[in-house]
Amino acid sequence: MILNMGPQHPSTHGVLRVILEIDGENVVRLMPDIGYLHTGIEKTCEAKFYQQVVPLTDRIDYLCPLTNNLCYVLAVEKLLGLEIPPKAQWMRVLLNELTRINSHLVWLGTHALDIGAMTVFLYCFREREEILKIFEMVSGQRMMTSYFRVGGLALEPPLGFFDRVRDFAGYFPEKVDEYENLLTGNPIWMMRTKGVARMTPEDAIALGATGPTLRGSGIDFDLRRDMPYSSYEKFHFKVPVSQEGDVFARYMCRVQELRESIGIVRQALDGMPEGPIKANAPGVVLPDREKMKTQMESLIYHFKIITEGFAVPAGEVYQAVESPRGEMGYYIVSDGTAKPYRVHMRSACFANLQTLAKMCEGRLLADVVAAIGSIDIVLGEIDR
Amino acid sequence: MPLSPAITDLEQLKNHPSIARILAWNASMIRAVKFDREEMTIVVDRSGIREACALLRDDSTCPFNFLSDITCVDWYPAEPRFEVIYHLLSIPNKERVRLKVRLNSASPAVESLTSVWPGANYFEREVFDLFGIRFTGHPYLRRILMPEDWEGYPLRKDYPVEGYR
Repeated sequence: MILNMGPQHPSTHGVLRVILEIDGENVVRLMPDIGYLHTGIEKTCEAKFYQQVVPLTDRIDYLCPLTNNLCYVLAVEKLLGLEIPPKAQWMRVLLNELTRINSHLVWLGTHALDIGAMTVFLYCFREREEILKIFEMVSGQRMMTSYFRVGGLALEPPLGFFDRVRDFAGYFPEKVDEYENLLTGNPIWMMRTKGVARMTPEDAIALGATGPTLRGSGIDFDLRRDMPYSSYEKFHFKVPVSQEGDVFARYMCRVQELRESIGIVRQALDGMPEGPIKANAPGVVLPDREKMKTQMESLIYHFKIITEGFAVPAGEVYQAVESPRGEMGYYIVSDGTAKPYRVHMRSACFANLQTLAKMCEGRLLADVVAAIGSIDIVLGEIDR
Repeated sequence: MPLSPAITDLEQLKNHPSIARILAWNASMIRAVKFDREEMTIVVDRSGIREACALLRDDSTCPFNFLSDITCVDWYPAEPRFEVIYHLLSIPNKERVRLKVRLNSASPAVESLTSVWPGANYFEREVFDLFGIRFTGHPYLRRILMPEDWEGYPLRKDYPVEGYR
């Protein structure tokens, strides 16, 4: 029988359509059908200036908007050859890790909710509320922050920001203990996730899986540690890896990542350097508003950047970061003008979705929901 | 740091593991190389791309065992019009390399990499959907993002940003 797990479904985490061919309770074939959220962002980027693309990048993987911003601005900075001041780099790491916690909380809540644990959903969103308030404090927006700019940050972090993050980092580890208390040793959780949707490491590499989907199968690879960017090499953190390759292994990876991320946030708070938040590149980075109102040169630069953009030397660059889902990469081709010639987003979930067929074929129908949750898909990233 | 100029001379770059491997197999397959902004780009002849990728994947010293991305750039109206880009990653050695294949607008077709990496499946479908490049040997070459009955290839440069609707 062919069953349609349609685009409107509470467990598909977005508008994903899965066409299942089932024989009783067993899945014979599985084929995802995507494209319901395709908005042509890659084409739109070709019509905008480099700085105008930043808000578009927020909306690609809407659960970790700051990570998308970071990847894009790192790619453009690589094209320009800009050097970013240390304070901007450390702030980027701090906010990137808060975004990772944000994304993993949504994953944990919705994954547990799909399998049946409804309390975890409410607990996770309670913590997420505080993170969204922190984002609102620093950038004015809860989700689509657009806080990073080519050359540094958009604004100085406000007074009281670091204290607020420090308070959050103070009580968050106990909350992770709460979630683990509810789920990790729970016999129902273990029966629904242990041994389910197993994937071998060779399959994971061959299919292009990255992130916790790859680390849950035993491959120890994390872009933050192995190919560091934005001063990640100065932070000490462990990369959790599990060997079994099932849903429970990926769950353990992500929950450990929650703990590691809050550790990185604490290190960033303790060691935050002083200094400017924007690079010294007057033709690319907007001047301070006070300077713009009083000095003629800054006014001219401001005007030119906003109306004409800044020309980027011709070339191409591929910059990848470790998003909560895996390797997110931006491939930007520049032809020497102020608008990018081609922007391509390598989204982690697009490749991870190919593992779904391998995980679920031959298994039970009820495990499909657990498998979809364990890959942690975001349709905005898959469809762009 | 300020940008240093790109190196495009094959003689200077021939010791890089990826280039050395392809040169050892068939030197005429490399059309051009470029080392720019610390990234290695190799333009490969379109007939040898599948073999080159399989060799790079199975290389013993620096195995590029992971396919990161397949995408395409449309250089309309210049010829060759399309450039299909393959990003490879070596997980053990933590190196990246970019392979490119240049295709004409008359018959944009290239061999599929699904026999080397099954994960190339969706990437090639997306390039077919948005640019119209045919991948010979692909198990299921259908549109993936646009609706099945869509006409035209949206990411080509002669397709307007606003669309036709």
